[in-house]
Amino acid sequence: MTTEIVEHDRVLEKAAEWKAAGKGVALATVVATWGSSPRPVGSQLVVEQGGDFVGSVSGGCIEGAVVTEARQTIADGLTRLIDYGISDETAWQVGLACGGKCEVFIEPVE
Amino acid sequence: MKTELLDQLLRDRAAKRQVVVATDMASGDGQLLYPGETPPGDELTDAARRVMLADKSGIVELADGSKVFLHVHNPPLRMLIVGAVHIAQPLSQMAVLAGYDVAIVDPRREFASPDRFPGVTIIDAWPDDGVDQFVPDRRTAIVTLTHDPKLDDPALIKVLRSDVFYIGCLGSNRTHGKRLERLASEGFGETEFNRIHGPVGLDIGAKSPAEIAVSIMGEITEALRRPRIIESKAAE
Repeated sequence: MTTEIVEHDRVLEKAAEWKAAGKGVALATVVATWGSSPRPVGSQLVVEQGGDFVGSVSGGCIEGAVVTEARQTIADGLTRLIDYGISDETAWQVGLACGGKCEVFIEPVE
Repeated sequence: MKTELLDQLLRDRAAKRQVVVATDMASGDGQLLYPGETPPGDELTDAARRVMLADKSGIVELADGSKVFLHVHNPPLRMLIVGAVHIAQPLSQMAVLAGYDVAIVDPRREFASPDRFPGVTIIDAWPDDGVDQFVPDRRTAIVTLTHDPKLDDPALIKVLRSDVFYIGCLGSNRTHGKRLERLASEGFGETEFNRIHGPVGLDIGAKSPAEIAVSIMGEITEALRRPRIIESKAAE
């Protein structure tokens, strides 16, 4: 639980820091999960225009896809709500017994 | 998320203020809600209060059909135990399991040895100084276990002036009655007395130190998750 909070701190601090440095920034948040999902609702990932990111919204399986979408959001300023199904195979690789699903909300920091 | 909102959120978190970020899923508009500081009656704030108490972020659908993501930012739960006595051993371990950061204050070194309390912060100080070092907040539970007035009372006098969510004091009804008399002579009254759970713990017939710790953890959990029920009990 404490780890969770430390990680959140870092993500939001990073968002503010990047923004203050004049970078385009987007924030991705897990808003819903179904079945076994590696990261709980509220988990966040912050992305800057160059593609650097801090935080996590899964055990590593969807971060790449989320970063791509987040860069779109930085470019067009639009929010996005995206469903990610985690395939059984991928889920197994991150240590889950069954597949999960999560919904990620991506918004610009402006 | 607007930069101003982000900055305020970071300030709130640094100040250990309980805050909920409400984001409209259609428009992306966000706002900060403080359900712990706002009276009930507003649909969105009431929903935020429920997720805050459950410590569970999620999407809610409002009466007008709009969907809002409520993101709870609760400071960590903490517990301060006054007195490194036998009951403190199972209580501190149970509190750690329940997700609390635990500290024990006791000026008697032979009691407060790290060997007896693995994973727990030991504050080797007089209890009132210990409370100052700990800096209690509204996500703090405090339990006094020494039932020695010269150790328990200084801590109690300090925490009664803070906004901790739970205060529990070990000791019989008779001991508790005397405690309240001493606190009355310090200028405290009914409002403060109603905040104190004494004798500490739920009435489940607990006998052993571990059972007493269970009854205390149960009472603390109720105070955390159902604060209104606790308030109405105190008002009876």
